[in-house]
Amino acid sequence: MPRTETFTDRINDALDNEQLHSNFRSAMNYLMEKRRDKFPDQEKLDNLRNIASSIRANSLSNLADLLIKLEENLESNNITVHWAETDLEANNIIYQILKDANAKTIVKGKSMVTEEIELNEFLEDKDIEILETDLGEFLIQLANEKPSHIVMPAIHKSRKEISKVFAEHFPEFPYTEDVDLITQQARKILRDKFRQADAGISGVNFAVAETGTLCLVENEGNGRMCTTVPPLHIAVTGIEKVVEKLSDVAPLLDILTKSATGQEITTYFNMISSPRREGEKDGPKSMHVVLLDNGRSKIHQNNEMQETLKCIRCGSCMNHCPVYTQVGGHAYGTVYPGPIGITLEPQKQGITQLGELTSACSLCGACGEVCPVQIPLPKLINKLRSEAVEGNNANELIEGAGSKRSSLELLAWKNWRLLYGNPFFYSIFSKAATTLGFITPKTIGKWGKYRTTPIPSKHSLKEMANKAGFDNE
Amino acid sequence: MAVNEVYFMGTCLVDLFYPKAGLAGMQLLKREGIKVIYPSKQTCCGQPAFNSGYRKESLPVARSLIKCFPKDIPIVIPSGSCAGMIKHHWSELFEGESDIETALSVAERVYELTEFLVDELNVELTDLGEPTKITIHTSCASRNEMKIAERIEDLVAQLSKVEVLEQERKSECCGFGGTFAVKQADISGAMVKDKTDALKATDASSVISQDCGCLMNIGCALEKQNSKLKTQHIAEFLWDRTHAKN
Repeated sequence: MPRTETFTDRINDALDNEQLHSNFRSAMNYLMEKRRDKFPDQEKLDNLRNIASSIRANSLSNLADLLIKLEENLESNNITVHWAETDLEANNIIYQILKDANAKTIVKGKSMVTEEIELNEFLEDKDIEILETDLGEFLIQLANEKPSHIVMPAIHKSRKEISKVFAEHFPEFPYTEDVDLITQQARKILRDKFRQADAGISGVNFAVAETGTLCLVENEGNGRMCTTVPPLHIAVTGIEKVVEKLSDVAPLLDILTKSATGQEITTYFNMISSPRREGEKDGPKSMHVVLLDNGRSKIHQNNEMQETLKCIRCGSCMNHCPVYTQVGGHAYGTVYPGPIGITLEPQKQGITQLGELTSACSLCGACGEVCPVQIPLPKLINKLRSEAVEGNNANELIEGAGSKRSSLELLAWKNWRLLYGNPFFYSIFSKAATTLGFITPKTIGKWGKYRTTPIPSKHSLKEMANKAGFDNE
Repeated sequence: MAVNEVYFMGTCLVDLFYPKAGLAGMQLLKREGIKVIYPSKQTCCGQPAFNSGYRKESLPVARSLIKCFPKDIPIVIPSGSCAGMIKHHWSELFEGESDIETALSVAERVYELTEFLVDELNVELTDLGEPTKITIHTSCASRNEMKIAERIEDLVAQLSKVEVLEQERKSECCGFGGTFAVKQADISGAMVKDKTDALKATDASSVISQDCGCLMNIGCALEKQNSKLKTQHIAEFLWDRTHAKN
């Protein structure tokens, strides 16, 4: 994905692409409908959301203690724990583990955190073969692209486009647009890879502190293959994925799968608690976990924005976002797109670099309504907008606070404040606007490309209410 | 609640662009025996600047509004969006300010117009109009913030000669979003196109909504597309159909 283009360029490219728009529109309609069917009762849904939200809030309010406990229990389960502060550190740790094991071929389960650290690129540079085994990720890797959705990485592609990619890379199979056939072919290809791989890498959905258990949600069985067949398993996760107790998992899993894909439960749910024990016939001989910070602890310190970290990566916010539906995931140019992306990424990478993402939101509130852990996404997005133009960079909780301050824009709002903050000025303005018909600001920009210009009424409501004899005390 | 007196906050958009909708709202209330006060010094709830990140500019505007509503009586607003701003965001806007208590006491008294007509007044309407087909666009603020979006449907359901046609994208934003329509004009344009396509596909002759922001966006887009589909605020629509014209 070309990252040198501007956000506006990427948006315009996406909007010009009819096929892309129709791919996203039909996929999002489908996902919204599936989710809706799973939550017929609003009251029950609200209860579930309350429970899930408080579990995640509890994780965050005890984050440091839970992480220490998690480390202890993972270690006592013979799982080696590594801490990585940055993406580079995480990549180096993983590379070192692989090198020590002389591992050259890797199979990988779907994991957004490894997208975040760009692990594939890092390892390929070191001549390590790393293969995505989730079907969507596999296709994206073949096409040399990035995921456009955090749950459905290849959702931007139509069936025809997928068939074409597949045929180009595997001419030995007859061309087909039958999804079941393509899946069967991919399965054949991947089976051998699982068998031969020196190591498997996966993400983590929930890391249970109490028991040192890693939970992995998936639909294709590839996650289980990656974590059980090769002799070495490395799991990578953001530090925020920790939960306190085993009993926290059930409610989170329940609302995660229903929110994400409208499934009662996924086809596979793995709870990994140790490498192969003596007498066991399968499982990796050794296991490692990389706990990644990469900006998370800084978000955690910011009381107003901390809720960002409650996210369980269901993708429901993007499925319901009318902006995401229009432009798709790639337009954002970030690993996490959609409402959670425009909330998380400017905090991680700084407002200077990514503050403009927050403009891609009409504040319609749809995301906040569906979020299974009740992250107030519209409120956080709005707060980031204010940080961008009014924030003080001395308060370094968010890098680049105040960096989008524009004197021209500020002047416009100061003028607005002068008019609307003073009833006397407003009455003169209102009189002039209605009688002279002027008001439409010159900065209205492209409004007129899609719409006519609104014309003020001849009389204001104030005048009409007066004339009609309403009290105006 | 035995209400006999309310403040009416017209909103800045209604004041200058859709005063008939505001006046109709006041007349609907008056017909129920309510004394309606229209404070002449009112301007705006502060939302445009607040949603653009300019909270420091938003605050004095919101503050000037507080003074308009001294009596402890309901404040009725013909907009889910402006009502939502006061009711749900003033707490954030006034956070740490000395007058936050006063601001919150105003916020507590805020009602969106259709909410007030249905929940507080239990209005009963008699349809005097010609048969017509309409489609309803509920504003995002009415749905997601105020959670009163279905009140508009309760009211319209009382009109015997009005047929309501469902639009395909009922719970989707029209793409207005205040300055969003200017800052991300092309995304907003694509959104309003999808919205107007869905509305036009219904065979309705007018679109009714409880928010003039949406109506301005949708109405101006329809006009640009040379569509015959008209837009009208719920207050004006109800008043037109239920008051005896002499």
